[in-house]
Order: sequence, then C-alpha cells, then structure tokens
Amino acid sequence: MRSPDPDSGTSRLRELMQAALAASAGAAPVLDDGVDALALPALVEHAWVEAPQDAVRGRNLLLMTRRPLSAAVALCSLDSVANRLVIVPPDLVKANLAGVIEDAEAHAIIHDDLDHDTLDAPLPGYRIRFGADGGGPRFAEIDHASEWCLFTSGTTGPPKMVAHSLAGLIDAIARGAAAEGEPPVWATFYDVRRYGGLQMLLRALVGGHTLHMMAPGENLSQFLTRIAAASVTHVAGTPTHWRSALTTREISGIAPRYVRLSGEVADQSVLDRLAEQFPSASRGHAYASTEAGVGFEVTDGREGFPAAFLTRPGVVEMKLEADTLRVRSPRIASRYLGADAPSVAEPDGFVDTGDIIEQRGDRLYFMGRSNGVINVGGLKVHPEEVEAVINRCPGVRMSRVKGRANPITGAIVAADVVMLEPTPALGDLAREKRELILEHCRESLAAFKVPASVKFVETLPMTAAGKLDRRAA
Amino acid sequence: MRAIAKEQGRHLALLHDDLALLDSGFDSLCFAILVVRLEDSFGVDPLGDVEAEDVPKTFGEFVHLYDHALA
Repeated sequence: MRSPDPDSGTSRLRELMQAALAASAGAAPVLDDGVDALALPALVEHAWVEAPQDAVRGRNLLLMTRRPLSAAVALCSLDSVANRLVIVPPDLVKANLAGVIEDAEAHAIIHDDLDHDTLDAPLPGYRIRFGADGGGPRFAEIDHASEWCLFTSGTTGPPKMVAHSLAGLIDAIARGAAAEGEPPVWATFYDVRRYGGLQMLLRALVGGHTLHMMAPGENLSQFLTRIAAASVTHVAGTPTHWRSALTTREISGIAPRYVRLSGEVADQSVLDRLAEQFPSASRGHAYASTEAGVGFEVTDGREGFPAAFLTRPGVVEMKLEADTLRVRSPRIASRYLGADAPSVAEPDGFVDTGDIIEQRGDRLYFMGRSNGVINVGGLKVHPEEVEAVINRCPGVRMSRVKGRANPITGAIVAADVVMLEPTPALGDLAREKRELILEHCRESLAAFKVPASVKFVETLPMTAAGKLDRRAA
Repeated sequence: MRAIAKEQGRHLALLHDDLALLDSGFDSLCFAILVVRLEDSFGVDPLGDVEAEDVPKTFGEFVHLYDHALA
C-alpha cells in the first residue's frame, strides 16, 4: 500500500481518503466503536452533520461530542468546509466553555447529544447523525485549508487551544513506511479527540484502514474482546493503557503485528512486559506532543532514545538546551488561539517541549518536566492549577501539589496542605476536612487532576527566595 | 473501593475472588487512587514491585497480593 506523498500538495482529508480507498483492495475499511461502524467510502461521499450549509461553511466550529466516533465523523464531513475545527476533549469543565468560545471565535457547536439544549451554550448547535438515514449531500468546500485545533492537556487555568494544519498533522504518517502485506486493522485505546488519538484516526483515514475505537462506558476487557474478534493487527495506547491491558485475561486474545506506545514516557518495565506478551510483534514507542507534533519513534525495545537522533537528517530537528528537548519541524502547531496568546515556538522556530533529558552513554533518557508538570497516564497536570483550587477552599492556608509515583498511571496527583487552624494528620477531623477539599476539587477540576491523596502538614518547604520549594521531596 | 467508585461516578460490580479487575467497574485512574489510599493506610505498595507474570488479574489475586505484603 502506498503512503500519501507528503510533498504532493493536497491536504484535503476527502481527497486523501479517496486516493487511499482507490489504491486499497479487499475488505471495506470502517470506523467502529462497537455501537456503530461507518464505512470509509460513506464518510467520503456524504456529510453526516445536519446543518444548513451557511451555518458551517467558512465558520469556526466547536466539535463537542459524547462519543469519540462522532468527532471522527464530523471531522470527515467538515474538513475543508469549516474555517476552523476545534476538537473539544470530553473533560472540558462547563465553566470554561465561555472562554473557549471566545478564544476560538466560534460560531456554532457540532454535537451528538439529544440533550444538547441543556448545555445553555450561547451558540446554535447542529447534530451529527450517522444512522442509516443520516448521510446528506456534502457541503461545498472552501478555497483554503481548515485549521484543526486541539486542546493542550497541560495548562494552568482556562484551557489553551493550539492550531494545526491537516498537512502538519499527517506529516509523520505520510513520511512513515508504507504498511507491508495485508492491510493493517488498527485499534486504539486513545481518545481520538486528543493529539495521540487523532494521530491514530488520521493514520486510518488517510491510509484507508479500519480503526476500532472505544465507546463511552466501555472498559478495557470489553474492548479487548471486541478487537480480538476483529483480528486487529496494529494496536496503540499510552504506557498506562498498556499496563492496564496487560492485567486482563483478554489481552491473550489479541496477536497484533505491531504495538505502539506514546503520550507519556515508556519505561523499561512496560516495554519488557509487552515484549513478553507479544514476542513476535514489532513494538515502537513514539515521542509526540500537542504543541510540537510527532518527534520520533523508537523501535529497539529500550527506554529513552539514541543520542544519534539529535544529529540525524530529517524534517524533525532536535537540540538540547538547558537540558530540555527542543523540536523544530513542519509538524509543530502554528499558534495558540486567543487574543494575548504567547507564540508556540521560540524566535528560532524551536518549541521548548519542557522535557528534561539526561544523557548516559549514547542514550538519552526522559527525566521529568522542567515546569513540574505531572503526567497522569498521558494527561498533564500543572501543580499550580490544582494548588489554586485547593487554596480557595475555606480554612486552607497554602498547599503544594506534586506527582507521586504510581504503578498504574506512572504518576498521580498528591497534595500537602497547611490549614489555618492546626489540623492533625489523622482522625475524623482530618477525614472531614480532606473530604471538603476533595469535593471542592471535584467541582472545578477534571477527575485526573483531583489529588488522590491529601496530607495535612504544619509547614511547607520554602526556597531561600521565599518561594514554595517544588524540588524538596 | 465503594467510596472511590462514588467519587468517580462509576458503578462498582459485586466483588468476588474470580472477578476480573477490569470488570469491576474501575478504570485505571480508580485503581491508581486505590493503590495510593492502600499505601497511605497500610504503608505498602506491593504492586510497585511485582514481576510481569505476577500482576494480579482478578480481585482475589489483588487482595492476596496485599495480604502477602502485609503478612
């Protein structure tokens, strides 16, 4: 099978899918979430969004869907039609919607929810429908490429959105080696509404391959059973997804030719466990971020990456500065949305990834984040954001939030809290106050940002400059 | 586990020894939180150092791992 030529010009999703489908032989590829399966040719031929053309053509649209599959369908229907497509992740806190609408300069919301009206959004909403009668005539395309916008997973305060072009998003896919032999059947644990999952979706769409994705409420065991029955050949997820999947009985039902990890640091233990489980599969861990795009893939089964990657020729240039990794490539985001948004890249065109690197011999290893960001199973948490929420709780003097190593999600959020009134670390009073703080956190933070543990302490370590000492254990 | 399920808005299955952990209604975040709370209560994190083949797959194996660590 042929890969799309990255330098050929077209970056319209419909044309790329058409070319792939024309070149592929055999079974009809589908997007499948276990509830619905949509054939790729039907996604090319019809629009699956019920809206007057004027309401979507040349407009800025928020895709707010309950199901990842609906977002995928909307992207197929609206690329090259809308001016801007903003893919909203499932955990957007309602209080942030107004700011998102403003920064995205959104005109309408595209959704799949019968109860959409209860959202009280100050914008018109149009529904995605993919039942038997859902497909309508395609919308007329605009003469420029649509901007594809994603949320960054680690931001303090209101969510930040970055803009990409479809050409940049598929660059790594287009330059990758074409699949050999039987066409791949992909499955992904990722949500396609985030960068890592979107990569998998685009890989399937522009390659003309089937993709199995999870439905809301489906657990890993059920998903593994389903993709085993579908004879998947290529499976992708974060190290956290894989650690969980490896604890199931159902994992032995799949025999992929290729397994892929990305989204957080792949440590040697998860790589070894995968090698043990799938001895004949090729395995790769990829480095990518929402801002910097896809950097590279490591296929030698070892954690970290070869130092030679820094100097090898290619479209992705990398360098270390102050021990953090900087990346420059056609795959980096063009800008953040919003009036006073900072630029994504530095003046020299490199993006500071914030990933601290240490060299040992001819190998480079990831040593954490320069800004203290905690990576909970691939989702980034800024300690400052959580601290701000805790500090607003009645009775709290100050807090420090840090990552705590966790065998399942790699890290998890933990908080040390100093109360105005001395509070014992244990007992009923502590339990009561802890519950109040957690309740407060759950109201304003996504679940993965809520501390898994809250410890009451008398003081917090300070630096000589009087700042909270984040390095102290 | 009931408290965590309630906090995370998940439905906890009826627990028994042969229940596969991932059929319990818990996702990886719920398990991560459970491991933290157990470590805070008992001072051990046996899941942190198990070998690949010993990773518990059922509720019974999970309980046994902690029993063993605390014995």
